[in-house]
Amino acid sequence: MLLVTLSITLMMMDHRQNHIDSLRAGLSLLVYPLQLAVEMPGAVSEWFRESLATRRQLQEENASLRTQMLMLKARGQKLQALETENIRLRELLDSAFMIGERVLVAELMSVDLDPYKHQVLINKGELDKIYPGQPILDADGVMGQVVHVGPYTSTAILITDTSHALPVQVNRNGIRTIALGSGTINRLELPYIPNNADIQPGDLLVTSGLGGRFPPGYPVAVVQGVQHDPGRSFAAVVATPSAKLNRSREILLVWPGDTSTLETSSTGQTEAPLPPEEQLVAPEEAAATTEENP
Amino acid sequence: MILGRRHGGGIIAVTFVIALLLTIAPLPDSVRYLRPDWVGLVLIYWCLAVPDRVGVGTGWGMGLLVDLLTGSLLGQHAMALAVVAFLTLKLHLRVRLFPVWQQALTVLVLLILHQLLSLWVSRFIGRPGPPFSYWAPSLLGMFIWPFIYIALRSLRRGFRIS
Repeated sequence: MLLVTLSITLMMMDHRQNHIDSLRAGLSLLVYPLQLAVEMPGAVSEWFRESLATRRQLQEENASLRTQMLMLKARGQKLQALETENIRLRELLDSAFMIGERVLVAELMSVDLDPYKHQVLINKGELDKIYPGQPILDADGVMGQVVHVGPYTSTAILITDTSHALPVQVNRNGIRTIALGSGTINRLELPYIPNNADIQPGDLLVTSGLGGRFPPGYPVAVVQGVQHDPGRSFAAVVATPSAKLNRSREILLVWPGDTSTLETSSTGQTEAPLPPEEQLVAPEEAAATTEENP
Repeated sequence: MILGRRHGGGIIAVTFVIALLLTIAPLPDSVRYLRPDWVGLVLIYWCLAVPDRVGVGTGWGMGLLVDLLTGSLLGQHAMALAVVAFLTLKLHLRVRLFPVWQQALTVLVLLILHQLLSLWVSRFIGRPGPPFSYWAPSLLGMFIWPFIYIALRSLRRGFRIS
């Protein structure tokens, strides 16, 4: 009975506040060997696959990567010119500008967590300066944010978890709203869009950066369906996340607003956001939004 | 005696570690929701077999590890498994004499209790109710109980743990 009381207290403390985050971090060290053990078969087979790949396969992969790099480089050149131009124009307007963020590539561990929560385990932790609330991305868009940090691993919730909400804006016209997780891995809900708002299927939603947690301008989801019910004041909008939430293995951890190590970090800037489209930003947002799209 | 005791403790710990590993071993998406409650099953067996060594405390500790591994609220499974261990200890003299299929029914009730308690907790913190398939692991646990029972019993006899 004492233990039941103890666990109820624990749960309350864990739920309400982050009092016991350090306790959780310490204990997570205890289960780290177990996680590694489960991860091992996958890692070993991966290692075999890589070391037994034929020369030809490697050559082909190399060639395709080379072309891809060339294309990205070409795009990067243009981006640089546009960036400097943008900086100059912004200086004329006296507003702050941020080019990119510091990023770190991490990998998901192949470990199953609670099947009714959308969570993933990342193989980087406090020793890599990960902090709770840190945004994670994959190559296609925003994936979620870190919730618990241990010394070697950390847990993140995905944007589709029912307890997750993300401030977004429509890339086409800058309408701001909030995207809520639906509990289904390929669906986000946008319940706070007025019936008369200009939003249509196919619109790209990007982070607005208004919560202060996610850097602005990263793609989040594509609007899939809009339903206007005259009896309600809000339209029922659903969107499909652009990130491959249940398929990605490599992810990016972002430090918003930290450009200090951008030059030294080898992985920096490899994830230039989607091809810059014209982004009309409402005037009052221009100051708040430190966008990276030129 | 002391030597044998330590030896047996190691075996019990190993079975729990295996159960914990199975709890987080990656499964295909289609069968993810059917994963039986390995830790619960092993805990129930040891509570029945050696009630003076494995009890509420062990259940609580294992539950805490499950919480850490699956990323649920800290204490959620700990409380549920402690209650399960407590009830098993209360019933162990009776359940031990049951034939295996009757034991399996008792195990079903205990496993459902485990799930129910952790469901209460997750509803309490405002998570939505799970689909009906949430209860499948308990049912599956009942069906594999005979195998667990026989495997762990032969293990226990082989190493003469008492």
